[in-house]
Amino acid sequence: MLELRMKYALNGILLYVISTVFVCYLSFRSVIQPTTWNSLFWIIMLFASINAVAKSFMQESRGRQLYMHTLASPQAIILSKVIYNVLLMISLSLICFLFYSLFIGNLVQDIPMFILCLILGSAGFSSVLTLMSAIASRTNGNLTLMAILSFPVQVPLLMTLIRVSKNAIDGLDPSVSYKFLIILFLINVVVATLSYILFPYLCRD
Amino acid sequence: MQKFFSLQLAFELEWWKFLAIALVLYTLIGGLLIDVPALPILHETIRNLYYHVTQWFGMMIILFVSLWHSIRYLSNFKMHHDFVAAEAANVGIYMGILGIVTGSVWAKFTWGAWWVSDAKLNGAAITLLIYFAYLILRNSMDEEQKRARVAAVYNIFAFTMLIIFLMVLPRLTDSLHPGNGGNPGFGGYDLDNTMKLIFYPAVIGWTLLGVWLMQVCLRIRTLNHKLLIKQFK
Repeated sequence: MLELRMKYALNGILLYVISTVFVCYLSFRSVIQPTTWNSLFWIIMLFASINAVAKSFMQESRGRQLYMHTLASPQAIILSKVIYNVLLMISLSLICFLFYSLFIGNLVQDIPMFILCLILGSAGFSSVLTLMSAIASRTNGNLTLMAILSFPVQVPLLMTLIRVSKNAIDGLDPSVSYKFLIILFLINVVVATLSYILFPYLCRD
Repeated sequence: MQKFFSLQLAFELEWWKFLAIALVLYTLIGGLLIDVPALPILHETIRNLYYHVTQWFGMMIILFVSLWHSIRYLSNFKMHHDFVAAEAANVGIYMGILGIVTGSVWAKFTWGAWWVSDAKLNGAAITLLIYFAYLILRNSMDEEQKRARVAAVYNIFAFTMLIIFLMVLPRLTDSLHPGNGGNPGFGGYDLDNTMKLIFYPAVIGWTLLGVWLMQVCLRIRTLNHKLLIKQFK
């Protein structure tokens, strides 16, 4: 929505991800351990997602928000934002994974599992951040507040993700990871439902 | 001023406040004196069950009150509900801190460290962080109606996360806590049901004390609010 109107923002995020990966490549010249590889990847993803999704409400001008509310119901707006951000983050994470394995090397043994984990993880990040961005935009677009609000939820998400993707990297049997995938899916569904129910109250002015 | 401190005031307390005092005293004295089952590793630290676990129970109940009033606020937009939700969250956080401190002491003497990486401990820390964020969010807005609305929305979110992190996740992953990850629940340790005699009154006592605390804070907040309105008239 926002990024399609502003091409430079989309390209900016892409460049951000690629240059972060490149910086990591430069600083980790030697072959790195799977654990480091994994954590580094997810930390890059975390900050990329904050940069990418935080904009979804904050950079909208007041007038444009009002205009959107005359066009569509709040539920439609938040759903479209969540879906858009999820798609954006999934493509961003795939691009990030591509460049990451190009520069630093691909250590993943079970690639379908890792990609499933990427999809669930980016969906989780973006749905949490969309709701938090909506809340933080009510407080005069305070970015610090956005970080404070979303970090407590992102940390367990990140921990679970790191554990599942470690399993995928080591090529463990998928049955080990099912439990964690269910947790990730559960958090996604709960956050999406909450945003759907609560958003109409946020935009009433 | 002298009249303020007189005994007369003490007798004007409502009955449930006496009950709160009695139950908390009973917990403090009875919890330390009554016989407990002798068990390996736990030994006498099992008495912490009366404080640590019951404080978490109290916290859950008070935070549920907060959630309830946030939902009520979103349905009828009366400022009173926002005040109750805010003060209940304050008291809930206070009890949560007590719970985490007593838990930490207990962990030191049974598991050997002040903090261990356990699903429930990390969940508790994250929950407290979420509620601290709630307080900061409240303070970041000046406009009253908007603050109440946004805070109520975040409060509902926070309580849902609390349910996930404290009730759901520890049951799915391994935890050192009893009743999680294949460990037997605490009911199995309570051989002759004497522990229940203190446990349940303690839950009620801490909750009542929390409600009392909340009521006092609420009164102060309401008075401040009235004062503010008066100044502008």
